[in-house]
Amino acid sequence: MINLKINGVDVSAPEGSTILEAARLAHIDIPTLCYLKDINEIGACRICVVEVKGARSLVASCVYPVNEGMEVRTNTPKVLDSRKKTLQLILSNHDRKCLSCVRSGDCELQKLSRDLKVEDEAIYDGERNEYAIDTTAAHMVRDNNKCILCRRCSAVCEKVQAVGVIGANERGFKTSLASPFDMGLGETSCVSCGQCIAVCPVGAIYEKDYTEEVFAAIANPEKHVIVQVAPAVRAAIGESFGLPIGTNAENQMIAALRRLGFDKVFDTDFSADLTIMEEATEFLDRVQNGGKLPLITSCSPGWIKYCEHYFPDMTENLSSCKSPQQMFGAVVKTYYAQKMGWDPKDIVSVSVMPCTAKKFEIGRDDQNAAGVPDVDISITTRELARMIERSGLNFLSLPTDEKFDNPLGESTGAAIIFGATGGVMEAALRTAVWKLTGEAADSPVEFKEVRGVAGIKEATYNVAGMDVKLAVASGLANAKALLEKVENGEADYHFIEIMGCPGGCVNGGGQPQVPASVRNSTDIRALRAKVLYDLDESREFRKSHENPAIIELYENYLGEPGSHKAHETLHTSYVKRSINKH
Amino acid sequence: MGSQNQTVPFKGTNEQEVALKNVIAEHKDEKGALMPILQKAQDIYGYLPIEVQTMISDEMNIPLEKIYGITTFYSQFSLNPKGKHKISVCLGTACYVKGSGDIFSKFSEKLGIENGGCTPDGKFSLDACRCIGACGLAPVLTVDDEVYGRLTVDDVDDILAKYA
Repeated sequence: MINLKINGVDVSAPEGSTILEAARLAHIDIPTLCYLKDINEIGACRICVVEVKGARSLVASCVYPVNEGMEVRTNTPKVLDSRKKTLQLILSNHDRKCLSCVRSGDCELQKLSRDLKVEDEAIYDGERNEYAIDTTAAHMVRDNNKCILCRRCSAVCEKVQAVGVIGANERGFKTSLASPFDMGLGETSCVSCGQCIAVCPVGAIYEKDYTEEVFAAIANPEKHVIVQVAPAVRAAIGESFGLPIGTNAENQMIAALRRLGFDKVFDTDFSADLTIMEEATEFLDRVQNGGKLPLITSCSPGWIKYCEHYFPDMTENLSSCKSPQQMFGAVVKTYYAQKMGWDPKDIVSVSVMPCTAKKFEIGRDDQNAAGVPDVDISITTRELARMIERSGLNFLSLPTDEKFDNPLGESTGAAIIFGATGGVMEAALRTAVWKLTGEAADSPVEFKEVRGVAGIKEATYNVAGMDVKLAVASGLANAKALLEKVENGEADYHFIEIMGCPGGCVNGGGQPQVPASVRNSTDIRALRAKVLYDLDESREFRKSHENPAIIELYENYLGEPGSHKAHETLHTSYVKRSINKH
Repeated sequence: MGSQNQTVPFKGTNEQEVALKNVIAEHKDEKGALMPILQKAQDIYGYLPIEVQTMISDEMNIPLEKIYGITTFYSQFSLNPKGKHKISVCLGTACYVKGSGDIFSKFSEKLGIENGGCTPDGKFSLDACRCIGACGLAPVLTVDDEVYGRLTVDDVDDILAKYA
């Protein structure tokens, strides 16, 4: 341990700690802006400066290691004055239209300005860069007039997601965060994961907002407006209304959706169960009939687009199953429309997703079982929160006894864990092992080896005399490392689950933003995932094939899992893309 | 810093491509290989257009954006070819206070190119440069090896006409 003094208080911190980390041990918060633990440690923004006795100048505490006997001051007038001037310089080249900014109220720059008592945001105003707003991507908007050049977005894109389609171009005052050669993001191999949005401290990058389109559909008496909600949404939406990270807000969320005016409030968990029926069948078929292995899951559209761009030769390994969002939409516009006597054209199929890539996915080819798009509008958890606020619903006081509508609101515990890394694998195992062991009622429920936030997990299960080798990866850099092992013949898995975002959908690009000050010291992935595993335990049915509504769907409409009709309705195809188009 | 807008069509040859691939193969596994590869690529092609940067990106498995970020950061890299006639307008302090900024803007407007750019016919390229040591003649510019001094914006047309 290293002993030092911070603001006169004795602190012991592990060797290699930064001043920022040591200060946290002493219950002292140092403000940061560009710093993201393990992802963006570049000491660039100078907001976290502190005084170190004997040092020539102020030092950046986020990257400065502690030394024995060091004396640090984090809040002297000199420090506070420096931080404020730095902030004012950033503000001098920032589009300060806070009132109409999507991040108003949860902007880290806005909070810093208040905390550091910036009284004149225009004191250093001079020349200002003006940028065209990039709307070329299906899922997001980039407004560089708001960008503060912290580089969190490019760090997460390159290091965590192994994509790297945005970065710092030019130099000095002309520096901007963008794609190469003036390309719009939509022209690059961006996978739409939205992790850049999740880490942006300001309103420079945000999802394309479709809340007005949803309100308009609800207001249209000619339309049946059906909503589905992904499992991970309920594990995070409470955060938008001040609830602690890791709060289950499933019931208030259902009540809110009903009061927003959706005609039917359904659960993507239903189609997660359906996905398992199809995918477990596909897996067993490939194993038993010499199909392409490893089979790789296809629930995560960010991962799918990544695979198409970066591992085009492995698209044959992808499960042909549509994602749960798309399966849901397909079932609504075929089976459910038929059941209700509705014309599919009169249905507006809305999804609420923890994901921005879902906005891209709804526009993909081969996602229109009824001849019209399976899903019409996909909004993020954040957009749903905005709709609730705009409608004047008091989320925290909404009733907690409302349930999803039937039949497409029925689900099992297997479906709810889809929102966390390892969840799809575990859900598939619950059904696949049951099938392989002769449909024994006491086949195992929990497969804990594939749980947890580790980026890559491996497990082998002996099922009916066969060693089934599994791997789970989340975060695309982890997926890349795993797939390179497969490509090089260093691993021979049978089944791989990949989710595009680190930790899975609970940490998706469409979830409520968590400020860096919290992200750096809290594992939001684990806290949100726990909500899902707790819900799983509380469910009456925990294996997808036990879902009575799923059984009914197959009996009345689809026939068997993997049937011709199931393929027409629930399966899709992929394209091979390249990294650089030119 | 180069202009981002590519105005001259790429005319790379097979020989150049082979030479570039050899350079990449030679350096690929070295640490910090990208800078020497970019320098040699510029020696081979004279500049680093998107076609060349994409080849380097594909061969080295480095995101194109990372390469582009580097080539726009360092002023020694050019994204556009040099023209048959290279116009360099001094924007050093003495020339600048004598109005070379306006002269530069006039060239930019007349030729329709930005700093670092080249006209589509390949005839003129335009660069802003720092002090060339002829402050007594300020504002000063060079076209190829010819020096022009004590200029006003009205001289721009005459200078261009000489090379037309």
